[in-house]
Amino acid sequence: MTDVQDKTEPKVTVTSPTTGDEWEIVVGLEVHCELATATKLFCSCPNQFGDEPNTNVCPVCLGLPGSLPVLNHMVVEYAMTLGRALECSVEPSVFARKNYFYPDMPKDYQVSQFDRPINVDGFIDLADGSRVGIERAHIEEDTGKNMHKSTGGGGGNRIHDADYSLIDYNRAGVPLVEIVGRPDIRSGEQAKAYVDELRAILLATGVSDAKMEEGSMRCDANVSVRRVGDPVLGKRCEVKNLNSLRSIGRAIDHEALRQIDLLESGETVKQETRHWDEEKGRTRSGRSKEEAEDYRYFQEPDLVPLEPSAEWIAAIDAAMPLLPAARRVRLGAAAGVDPTAVALHVERGLDDLAVAAIEAGGDPARVLTHVEHNLAVTGAAALAPELLAQLVTLELEGKLTATQGKTVLADMVATGRDPETIAAELGFEAMDTSALEATIDEIIAANADDWSEFVTGDDKKRGKLTGFFVGQIMKATKGQADGKIVTAILNERRAAAG
Amino acid sequence: MSDPHSSAVADAAPITRDDVVHVARLARLALSETEIERFTGQLAAILDHARDVESLDVEGVPPMSHPFPLVNVLRDDVVGPCVDRDEVLAMAPAVEDGRFRVPPILGEEP
Amino acid sequence: MSATPNDGLTTAASIARAVRAGAASAREVLEGYLATIEGREPEIHAFNLVLADEARAVADEIDRRVAAGDDPGPLAGVPIALKDNLCTRGIPTTCSSKILEGWCPPYDATVVQKLAAAGAVSVGKTNLDEFAMGSSTENSAFGPTRNPHDTGRVPGGSSGGSAAAVAAGFAPVSLGSDTGGSIRQPASLCGVVGVKPTYGLVSRYGLVAFASSLDQIGPFAGTVEDAAILLDVIAGHDPRDSTSIPQAAAPVAPTLHDGVEGLRIGLIAELAGEGMASDVLGRLHAAAAALEAAGAKIGEASIPAATYGLSAYYLIAPAEASSNLARYDGVRYGERVDAPITGEMMEATRTAGFGDEVKRRIMLGTYALSAGYYDAYYGKALKVRTLIARDFDVAYEQFDLLLSPTSPTTAFRFGEKTADPLTMYLNDVCTIPTNLAGHAAMSVPFGVGDDGMPIGVQILAPALGEVPMFRAAAVLEAAAPTTGEVSA
Ligand SMILES: [Mg+2]
Ligand SMILES: [Zn+2]
Repeated sequence: MTDVQDKTEPKVTVTSPTTGDEWEIVVGLEVHCELATATKLFCSCPNQFGDEPNTNVCPVCLGLPGSLPVLNHMVVEYAMTLGRALECSVEPSVFARKNYFYPDMPKDYQVSQFDRPINVDGFIDLADGSRVGIERAHIEEDTGKNMHKSTGGGGGNRIHDADYSLIDYNRAGVPLVEIVGRPDIRSGEQAKAYVDELRAILLATGVSDAKMEEGSMRCDANVSVRRVGDPVLGKRCEVKNLNSLRSIGRAIDHEALRQIDLLESGETVKQETRHWDEEKGRTRSGRSKEEAEDYRYFQEPDLVPLEPSAEWIAAIDAAMPLLPAARRVRLGAAAGVDPTAVALHVERGLDDLAVAAIEAGGDPARVLTHVEHNLAVTGAAALAPELLAQLVTLELEGKLTATQGKTVLADMVATGRDPETIAAELGFEAMDTSALEATIDEIIAANADDWSEFVTGDDKKRGKLTGFFVGQIMKATKGQADGKIVTAILNERRAAAG
Repeated sequence: MSDPHSSAVADAAPITRDDVVHVARLARLALSETEIERFTGQLAAILDHARDVESLDVEGVPPMSHPFPLVNVLRDDVVGPCVDRDEVLAMAPAVEDGRFRVPPILGEEP
Repeated sequence: MSATPNDGLTTAASIARAVRAGAASAREVLEGYLATIEGREPEIHAFNLVLADEARAVADEIDRRVAAGDDPGPLAGVPIALKDNLCTRGIPTTCSSKILEGWCPPYDATVVQKLAAAGAVSVGKTNLDEFAMGSSTENSAFGPTRNPHDTGRVPGGSSGGSAAAVAAGFAPVSLGSDTGGSIRQPASLCGVVGVKPTYGLVSRYGLVAFASSLDQIGPFAGTVEDAAILLDVIAGHDPRDSTSIPQAAAPVAPTLHDGVEGLRIGLIAELAGEGMASDVLGRLHAAAAALEAAGAKIGEASIPAATYGLSAYYLIAPAEASSNLARYDGVRYGERVDAPITGEMMEATRTAGFGDEVKRRIMLGTYALSAGYYDAYYGKALKVRTLIARDFDVAYEQFDLLLSPTSPTTAFRFGEKTADPLTMYLNDVCTIPTNLAGHAAMSVPFGVGDDGMPIGVQILAPALGEVPMFRAAAVLEAAAPTTGEVSA
């Protein structure tokens, strides 16, 4: 879709506050998304957030002896859709068991995909023009939820001072896609942009509701640093508990500085899991990863392989909605600007309107300006594009000033009426230039001292006085004059006087 | 007699006492000293017997995980009945507030 | 009290026929069997639980339905015993393990639903080696089952309780599960018919898993016909089991007596010599002769990899088991041994709840899957599995069915093989290849050995080859010397 473009990775480095050395941050993100299916991954219990504990459970998702999993068709559909949206190749895949004991996991193994995942080798093009590789996006099951209790009253939901824990398995078996990004990210800001873009893709495809606050989109970051030019990557830490876009950016930048600090003071970075504390604004040490986990992966014997046909994949592609990156390219091309300049228009979901208005003959620059500045209101997307095109044409012909245009536009969104009707009703008459010039000359005459200062003064002085004269003229014309034209006439007069 | 390509089992060192201790830990089984001794001997004998496959050439042979070749077994995404919470919780060793109760969980989720 | 079921109704076929016709009452039939159970169960210990009252209620309901003109189905009023690793709603399902003691599943296994729909009457849950791991039923946490032919000997295993229940006349039919021979070997040792169907023919939903890629539920019966009727009831696609075969298989009962004329039957050379007792081989060759006399063409078949099956099996089955049995952690059901933190509680629960053999297999399987050993053990075993399946494919180009002993010996004495696990494992050498290949096989009684104990002959068939397999079984049954009544 968008691979024609030549992507240049922005060179992002950080300067050490203590030594002034240049460091590179290397980040790979793992994002888990809950899929927006009606039922769970392997059973027909509702996939529903916020219900009474242990009400959405059955023998399968409770891992009761004798129960067996059956794969949800829609999970495969959504996983493939997401995979194709991430420009992955959809491969024949199998499920595997990841064996480890944990009480929120009913079978004490997680059914996931290991050596043969469904989606491999894709990428996401970010709004800033950078590209982040996707290693894989595989299907796996979610766990239940633990609640940690303290008999002493306090304690809250903290694991460390709990006296006991309570488990709710409503979430156990909810379908997830785990998106494993390549270590292509170079800053907290870029990580935020990546997650933001991924979120937009999830929403555009309808694959997930991607609510970080409800945990339906969860993010872990593998962070390491190296001195600029050093080919060897440092030891990495996996930062967990990144529950918002804001914490992703902050946590990564903080963790990178912590590692730089350690390395510059001659210490080493320990490979470990670290938890982000949003309140304290720092990461704290978790489980050491020195001793390798032994998950004893093997193919899940209760499930059969998944081999999507070429026709199935083609049908997924055919049903694919236009995705954010492609929308930026499309609008950029229509408006004759770089795709990076129209990120906001796409994010607001107004790119369809903008493209159609331009196609209907609207001046691209004015269309983009209106969409960017004057249409951040509800109902904007429903505006008829031809009417927006008419409006900018009226402006371009000088029949409406920019200020009047803005007022008319608001009325158009609210009422759906055409701009000429609204302008007429509001008494917005196009001023002809000779009338305007007469008014300007009157104002100049009435403020002779200021005028001579305007003519002879320095840039600063003139800037100030421009504001003064434009204000006076607007007042005299009851706002019907176009500010740009007024400024142009003032400068003509100054040149003639000077 | 033995095929150099298929001697994987032979190449594996015999199971040691330390292996048994490690495996017991992975499997969440607490073994006494005598059980460790006994299991080490018994597992070694069983694994030693498994060496008879050395003489089979498995080079290029695909692994067989499923006896009957099926693919794409799927169900419709339609909500079905859940089990009664009380019936399930009645089977649990400890419950509180509609949830399963366990001692404090130390150690993190992998 | 008389221990003889009423009016010679000792087969499922005759009971169902009489009950459906209103010629016998399900309740009366049941009472006859319950009386037999009462008389001899204390000696045999076939059951973990006898469901006398529940069975009476079901039998009465069957009788009411017949009286109302309903047909309760092909197993109307037929008492049946269920291996205690089949989930029964609201009824304890223990797998003969302390770790599941007292657990009542909130659901029925698919086969249990099918039995109920066919009018069968469950009389109890039968004993087994803990989690079906064993070949003698000596590994039950609740004490061993005794062979009804000689109570000083084992009934075989792991479905020893189900085999003994039929042999002792506690029920005309029963269900077991077969992962490496757990139906066929006890059937052979107890002198009854035992069937391991094609993998995927019978739903595993509700069968507590031992080794998922090998487990299969199947019937025990006193006659080949009863086994056929029962198999036809429990077979069929189940959308709750992803490994269930979707296409409908032909029923076996209608063609049961079509004979073996023209069938090509091969004796597996690798399983007809070394390691097999001479009386067992004697019965095998007599069976081959009987089939030949009935018109089959007998030849020698070769499954070169067959004897490696044992090695592959004792890596694959424990590996899957180590994962399948992880869930017994004291959190959601079953026995818990408390401890200050959850990790320790899980360990204490599992340590106290599992028996020696289960721990040994969990250890073996965990080792076979662990980092650094996977390729050498589990990975290689899966390839050996492929080789065995290929050998069978080659053999089945030449033969319709294969023949071998079921068990290398007749029933052994208690304690004879418990000291050395490997000796016990070697018992399964004839039955294991079928599970690895996912094929069908059954054991049919064919006389007795030098010690007077029953000997079964194994008929092997390719995947979904049940129809010719049962035809051969019926021929063998007709030709088998009568072993006489089971001595009380
Ligand atoms: Mg994962
Ligand atoms: Zn469920």
